[in-house]
Amino acid sequence: MVSGPSAPESGGNDRRAGAPAAVDLAKARVLVGGSGRGPLLRLRAPISFWGGVDPVSGRIADPRHPDYGAAIGGTVLVVPAAVGSSSSSAIMLELIREGTAPAAVLMGRADAILALGVVVARELGHSGPPVLELPAPAIDALPDGVLQVLEDGTLRRVG
Amino acid sequence: MVDLTSDERAFLEGTHGEAGALAMRVVAAAASLLGADRLVEIGSAHIDGCLYHGDGGVAFAERLVAGGGRVAVPTTLNVGALDLLHPGRVRADAHRAAMARRQMEAYLALGCSPTWTCAPYQAGHRPGFGEQVAWGESNAIAFANSVLGARTERYGDFLDACCAITGRAPLYGLHREENRRATVLVDVAGVPEELKGRDVFYPVLGTWLGLEVGTEVSAIVGLPATTTEDQLKALGAAAASSGAVALFHVVGVTPEAPTLDAATGGADPDRVVRLEADMLRTSLDRLSTATAPDRVDAVAVGSPHFSREEFAELARLLAGRRLAVPFYACTGRGVVAELEADGTLALLTAAGVEIVADTCVVVTPILPAAGGVLMTCSGKFAHYGPSNTGYDVVYGSLEDCVASAMAGRVVRDEEVWQW
Repeated sequence: MVSGPSAPESGGNDRRAGAPAAVDLAKARVLVGGSGRGPLLRLRAPISFWGGVDPVSGRIADPRHPDYGAAIGGTVLVVPAAVGSSSSSAIMLELIREGTAPAAVLMGRADAILALGVVVARELGHSGPPVLELPAPAIDALPDGVLQVLEDGTLRRVG
Repeated sequence: MVDLTSDERAFLEGTHGEAGALAMRVVAAAASLLGADRLVEIGSAHIDGCLYHGDGGVAFAERLVAGGGRVAVPTTLNVGALDLLHPGRVRADAHRAAMARRQMEAYLALGCSPTWTCAPYQAGHRPGFGEQVAWGESNAIAFANSVLGARTERYGDFLDACCAITGRAPLYGLHREENRRATVLVDVAGVPEELKGRDVFYPVLGTWLGLEVGTEVSAIVGLPATTTEDQLKALGAAAASSGAVALFHVVGVTPEAPTLDAATGGADPDRVVRLEADMLRTSLDRLSTATAPDRVDAVAVGSPHFSREEFAELARLLAGRRLAVPFYACTGRGVVAELEADGTLALLTAAGVEIVADTCVVVTPILPAAGGVLMTCSGKFAHYGPSNTGYDVVYGSLEDCVASAMAGRVVRDEEVWQW
């Protein structure tokens, strides 16, 4: 980010009583800064948010997508690639406004369209998720579980 | 890091108001995300962000208005979610209708022209050869780059408006000469001349091209020098629907391709693809999803928005007869005014053609809710129709569409596809 609007959310506590020891998994390139935490959800095919995600429910709405019906809200969403309409920026903004956005977005390939949705949401006073780039094969090697995304792009497994 | 000029930094410092600062922050953020190291001044913009997707889009546009935003360059508007000329044409609940209208009005308050068309290039907005612009709407982007030789990347919601307000765009991709050269040679010389002379060929060619080349820049050889602007428009719209095509060259036809060498910059293409009969047939079949395509419940034409010439052809085909099923023709209000002035509009409406202005049937609910089979001569309608309207689609020529709408069942000239 250059002079981009960045209003990172508070990081939260990484360790809780009884939680397994945190393990740093990888360091991703920060496209839009911030921190977030949630269960990892790996999309099994590229997606266009416009036409592919219902902004009110936060669920995958394209019946042809292998993850049809999955809820992306609050997850660390792993998107192998975004495709399709540039109106996907608008859908990201709607997800953030509706409270159904992911806690963080990890992309296999940098994409300005989803990131711009977050940039604009923050301009409008919402706290949008961080967006990061982690190319293959690292992105494919992320284990299931609860992930914490740190300000500097560190991906930490916390549960 | 993006290197901003002092004028550009002045935007960030608020010299052009809060909206100017916001817009420059977004443009600079985009430049950083896209790997551009500086911005480029633009001569015009075409904004796609005026279509309602949810209340966030309204909040964004109204924030720009409240912050004193004004577009810095001539800016046209793509379709909105309402037909402002024909109230009641769009089925929308009170909230959606009110918010869609607010979003459209906010863009007017920013100083944009109320063109409400996806074919701004046929509504008087024609940037010059080599001119840097920031355009949204995939078909308009393909047309501006390919047919006009202007230079734009693919701009979408939010960034399009921010470019218009700052008069700047990230300098990357197709804004740069070196990225505009064809790397794929597409040879269509084998296609029968008779077929290449027909409008119905071009959306099928475009559909195939989009799937074949994606974001690569192609140089097509073997199309006739007589290829019309509306045929190129249909080709680009289909290619930008099935793939992310933003620029193609047609050797001997489009301005950056007087010769193959000019299109490729003198370099050998990375690959050569020859269009064969079976490839074209596959693309043709792909444009129809109806499984029992004998019935036609509605016909829609005009994606991209119909030109005056296309309406003249429609009026000729109707020949004063009356249509048996709903027939929607989408266009811009500029063309509607021309049709009204020359008397064509009266002929069309007498035949039963329903004119849709300012919007179109795949972006907002217009088609009868019952669903069924939709026939179209538009590759873009054929692509988006099933997912956006729930209708199954049948693709055919404009002649086929009129004949089918008269008969109430599919009438298609298959002979033209013999190869």
